[in-house]
Amino acid sequence: MSDHDDQASGAEPQRLALDSWHRNHGGRMVEFAGYWMPVQFEGIMAEHLWTRENAGLFDVSHMGQLYLKGPEVDVALETLLPGEFQGLTDRKLRYSLLLDDSGGIIDDLMATRRGEDFYLVVNGATKHNDIEVMRQALPAGIYVDHMTSQALLALQGPKAADILEIIVPGVSGLGFMEGDAFHAFGHPLWISRSGYTGEDGFEISIPAVAAEALADALVADDRVKPIGLGARDSLRLEAGLPLYGHDLDRKTTPVMAGLTFAIQKRRRAEGGFPGAPRILAELEEGPVQKRVGFDVEGRQPVREGARVLDGEGNEVGKITSGGFSPSLQRPIAMGYVAAGLAEPGTGLKLEQRGKLFDGTVAPMPFVPHRYHRKGA
Amino acid sequence: MTTYFTREHEWIKVDGDTATVGITDHAQEALGDIVFTEVPEAGKQLAKGQEAAVVESVKAASDVYSPVSGEVIEGNQAVVDDSSLVNSDPEGEGWFFKIRMGDPGELDGMMDEGAYRDWVKTL
Repeated sequence: MSDHDDQASGAEPQRLALDSWHRNHGGRMVEFAGYWMPVQFEGIMAEHLWTRENAGLFDVSHMGQLYLKGPEVDVALETLLPGEFQGLTDRKLRYSLLLDDSGGIIDDLMATRRGEDFYLVVNGATKHNDIEVMRQALPAGIYVDHMTSQALLALQGPKAADILEIIVPGVSGLGFMEGDAFHAFGHPLWISRSGYTGEDGFEISIPAVAAEALADALVADDRVKPIGLGARDSLRLEAGLPLYGHDLDRKTTPVMAGLTFAIQKRRRAEGGFPGAPRILAELEEGPVQKRVGFDVEGRQPVREGARVLDGEGNEVGKITSGGFSPSLQRPIAMGYVAAGLAEPGTGLKLEQRGKLFDGTVAPMPFVPHRYHRKGA
Repeated sequence: MTTYFTREHEWIKVDGDTATVGITDHAQEALGDIVFTEVPEAGKQLAKGQEAAVVESVKAASDVYSPVSGEVIEGNQAVVDDSSLVNSDPEGEGWFFKIRMGDPGELDGMMDEGAYRDWVKTL
């Protein structure tokens, strides 16, 4: 028996603050983004469904936490990102994209205004390059601090708010995409109501030395179980959320990826971000390719790398993420297709290892989001 | 009947010139939740080491290679209908296919159960 995609390994992976905690809780550790990380605990299917029903604890400490300080950080950030940051309210999060000069995506990220400063969370595998790009492009007076002594834990699921409120009183007052400073275990925490599963939930930035105490306190509640990377991936796929390095890369633009919500009105009018000429033209005329979801006929998953074919057998796109949906109990996928074939309901063929599958372009998310929007 | 094991984590239960092939408990444990299984049809000729079946978990697809050459007598429809059988009973009801062996000499040098279980502990 052999896996179709064995991963090559390079240097010895680093250990996260919760490394031994994961091992003691039965985590099966794999190398990911340069770290040892738990791919699963009791099993991907069970962990996935548990998160959708209860609450799952995810260690996402491999992600880069950056703190940007200096004069007019918001104005400076707008030279790198296509979002509206000057007008972003204090303690609000905004999803954004670090772009190259041709509008290709260097990384996707979350940016939060903290007074005059900004707190960014970027992907683990790309963080070092992101920091390099920012330090080179931002004015000399702006300092990019890589917060390497902070851990980042996410608690996700419909019971997350009730559970975290017990440990961190007041936290359930946050609305979706809001953050604030809290205090617990003798340490300051920065908590936002956000995540990447499609469920209500929180991301908790905590000094690494206190990460075990928080993880212990959370799993002491029997509604919380530790969740690995495997379920994190199947949850975000069901939620229709793109994963950098798979669904997003330098060859994709925010418009191709269907992330135009991240380009606010003033930025569309004024431009002034990397790749603006191309991106504004794509907004105007439509992109050549679009990111779409697929329902896949049958039981067999169609995964990243499968080709998308039209009725005549011409290649019209590629699958960039795919797998078996634990919630829907059938295969689902995400990929790019020629814009003319991106309408939901369009029937296409998917080719994987010489075998053809019937796929239908499907609206995303596959499983509805259940974010806690204030006033909703 | 004797059961042999391979380093690819397959088991081969031999009865005369007929062998039943499946994946080991260690293999199903490593794969995790199995969501799809494809087995060879009766009559198919397989060479030793040829791709014979496909098993997919939530996270990955894997090939199962035939540990011996011969003609497939039967693919196990039960694991096609319910792939979780490979997780729950990998070395029993969760078998993949039965094959009429062309060369029983191919079994020479394969591990017996004790040797396999000891070897797995070293992985």
